[in-house]
Amino acid sequence: MSYQTTIGGKVYRFDDLKTLLAKASPFRTGDALAGLCAESYEERVAAQITLADVPLKVFLSELIIPYESDEVTRLIIDSHDLNAFSLISHLTVGELRDWLLMDETTTSILKSIEAGLTPEMVASVSKIMRNQDLIAVAKKCEVITHFRNTIGLKGHFSTRLQPNHPTDDPKGVAASIIEGLLYGSGDACIGINPATDSPSHVMSLLWMIDQLRQQFDIPMQSCVLSHITTTLELINKNKDAPIDLCFQSIGGTELTNTSFGVSLSLIEEAYQATLSLKRGTIGNNVMYFETGQGSALSANAHHGVDQQTCEARAYAIARKFKPLLVNSVVGFIGPEYLYDGKQIIRAALEDHFCAKLLGLPMGMDVCYTNHAEADQDDMDNLLTLLGVAGCNFIMGIPGSDDIMLNYQSTSFHDALYLRKVLGLKAAPEFEAWLIKQGIVDKQGKLTSANEGSLYNHFGSLWIK
Amino acid sequence: MDKVIKGLTTHDSPLNPLKEFTAARVGIGRTGTSIPTKQSLAFKLAHAHARDAVYSVLDIDGLSNDIKQFNLPVLLLHSKAGNRAEYLQRPDLGRKLKKSSANQLKEYTGDYDVSIIIADGLSAAAINENVIGLLNHLIPLFTAANLKLAPVCFVEQGRVAVSDKVAHLLNAKLSVILIGERPGLSSADSIGAYLTYGPKPGLTDESRNCISNIRPQGLMFKPAADKIFYLIQEAFRMKLTGIGLKDNQGLIGH
Repeated sequence: MSYQTTIGGKVYRFDDLKTLLAKASPFRTGDALAGLCAESYEERVAAQITLADVPLKVFLSELIIPYESDEVTRLIIDSHDLNAFSLISHLTVGELRDWLLMDETTTSILKSIEAGLTPEMVASVSKIMRNQDLIAVAKKCEVITHFRNTIGLKGHFSTRLQPNHPTDDPKGVAASIIEGLLYGSGDACIGINPATDSPSHVMSLLWMIDQLRQQFDIPMQSCVLSHITTTLELINKNKDAPIDLCFQSIGGTELTNTSFGVSLSLIEEAYQATLSLKRGTIGNNVMYFETGQGSALSANAHHGVDQQTCEARAYAIARKFKPLLVNSVVGFIGPEYLYDGKQIIRAALEDHFCAKLLGLPMGMDVCYTNHAEADQDDMDNLLTLLGVAGCNFIMGIPGSDDIMLNYQSTSFHDALYLRKVLGLKAAPEFEAWLIKQGIVDKQGKLTSANEGSLYNHFGSLWIK
Repeated sequence: MDKVIKGLTTHDSPLNPLKEFTAARVGIGRTGTSIPTKQSLAFKLAHAHARDAVYSVLDIDGLSNDIKQFNLPVLLLHSKAGNRAEYLQRPDLGRKLKKSSANQLKEYTGDYDVSIIIADGLSAAAINENVIGLLNHLIPLFTAANLKLAPVCFVEQGRVAVSDKVAHLLNAKLSVILIGERPGLSSADSIGAYLTYGPKPGLTDESRNCISNIRPQGLMFKPAADKIFYLIQEAFRMKLTGIGLKDNQGLIGH
């Protein structure tokens, strides 16, 4: 089916829904690289005007990637809940935007339609929303998850402590963990990207963090972000493996996931295996997914679908497995997909909005690479915007500098800045632990007086 | 008050001893909850260095001269990306081989075990500084194992997947591309090594194994060469690379 609109006597015609979506996307280099973006400013707005009039029901019949050829499409359609959809089924994309922004559309109402929304509907409405709209609506969503603590409560803001080391040296990793904990970081998880995906490396890191957690009785969870097959192999070989969370990068098309070496059935197998370990104390959200705009194009697996819509489709996979944490690695992918601070900020707000609306516990790796036209000032802006939008968590890295993955994310200091200026708190169980240890006072403020003795207390584990 | 202000200086950060264990920016102290001035500016300087590394170029003459010691032919090739700006925005062009380079390779088609390819990637400076040190350990391992080596190929404005085309044209069973990694703040000189068994155009990342952070302050040359060589032996034994090939070296002892 084709779509069209007329502006000043000029007819803009869009051959199909995926073309319309791509042309309606705010500009980013990835869509230009794929040859999908609008050719003029006017064409882009013409596409947005056209898209605003598309009924939501159309997204259930006109599939942007065929049902027969893509298991992500099958998942989206087969899991769509018509009852949840009924409240909004009469709306167009433009009317959905207005409805989302209405004061009467509350947190609980948004929760009730989660399963009635498809990724394509959510991606579409995001394309006609300003950054302010993306923030305002995301702010109304609340997605709470549990493992050993509670993440995502309104008024709370968590961090994944990311203590990466170029050679996975346990002492090097431990040094960053100690610093992070003493800065109040790590309530979302301690999550290490291993330099090498070796089962023995992964296992020794897992044992080390688990020992730390038990010794100091920390209400937190850990994850080594190896490939899902490595995690599965470790669980199958050793039922006592200290694996709290199972990690995997995912994309929005079956082919993208093939390029990552995963499928829905493989993720299901790993999900069940991780659940079987029964390590959560107050909840059983055991999955951790990372996503990011551009992965489908990078794998040459986008089917002519723009990168933001592909990204939103990945969220359909994530929500099937009730994850504890999901984040986009927004600026990690590089300037050929998101060129500069402006594009990275826009994409991050879109990803956060789309994921929250679909019911995901969305965090964000607020980040950029050294070949992108971005710097710390851009990240400060994004960090603050996401804090206002109610983002569940960001990364915590010593001085923002990931010395293994070679990119800049957010520092321990950044998270403290955000908690301070917006009055946000760590996960309640974790904050209680921080207070008990004397790391923060009852107002959540870092207690500088104790730093020396705390360092000696924690450092005694490794530093003799 | 004096005591508080003193506590903010980086020398006096109680977490300073952590620096002994990692190059990560631990022990940098804080002013309020923010990063102190000196550390904030040091970060900016590191970012400036990384930006400069992105725009560095391969020292072809110097490197070719150093490679003579291995008695291997050296070829200079180009991707389809004409310059750095195009390379940054068009990774597809960095993965393809310029036509004249492809023609040049056809003259060297043979029956090789391993094709070594060296590309600038995102830091030519990393290659300029570290690739010879790595080859000094790696090539003797290949030679001792009687592996037949293809000519060493430099690719300017190259990305990882360009190795598929190069090694395929040379008719090599396995490719090793040594490429300048995206510069980080504390390291603008890391090399990544990507191994592909049965290289041919169209392969994606799941077909490869990667060893990253090869540099004197990261994964040092000898252990890096040992690891690459170990994985190559395993790749030849299992006739594959990628997610099916796990690095179990640590488990079986070494």
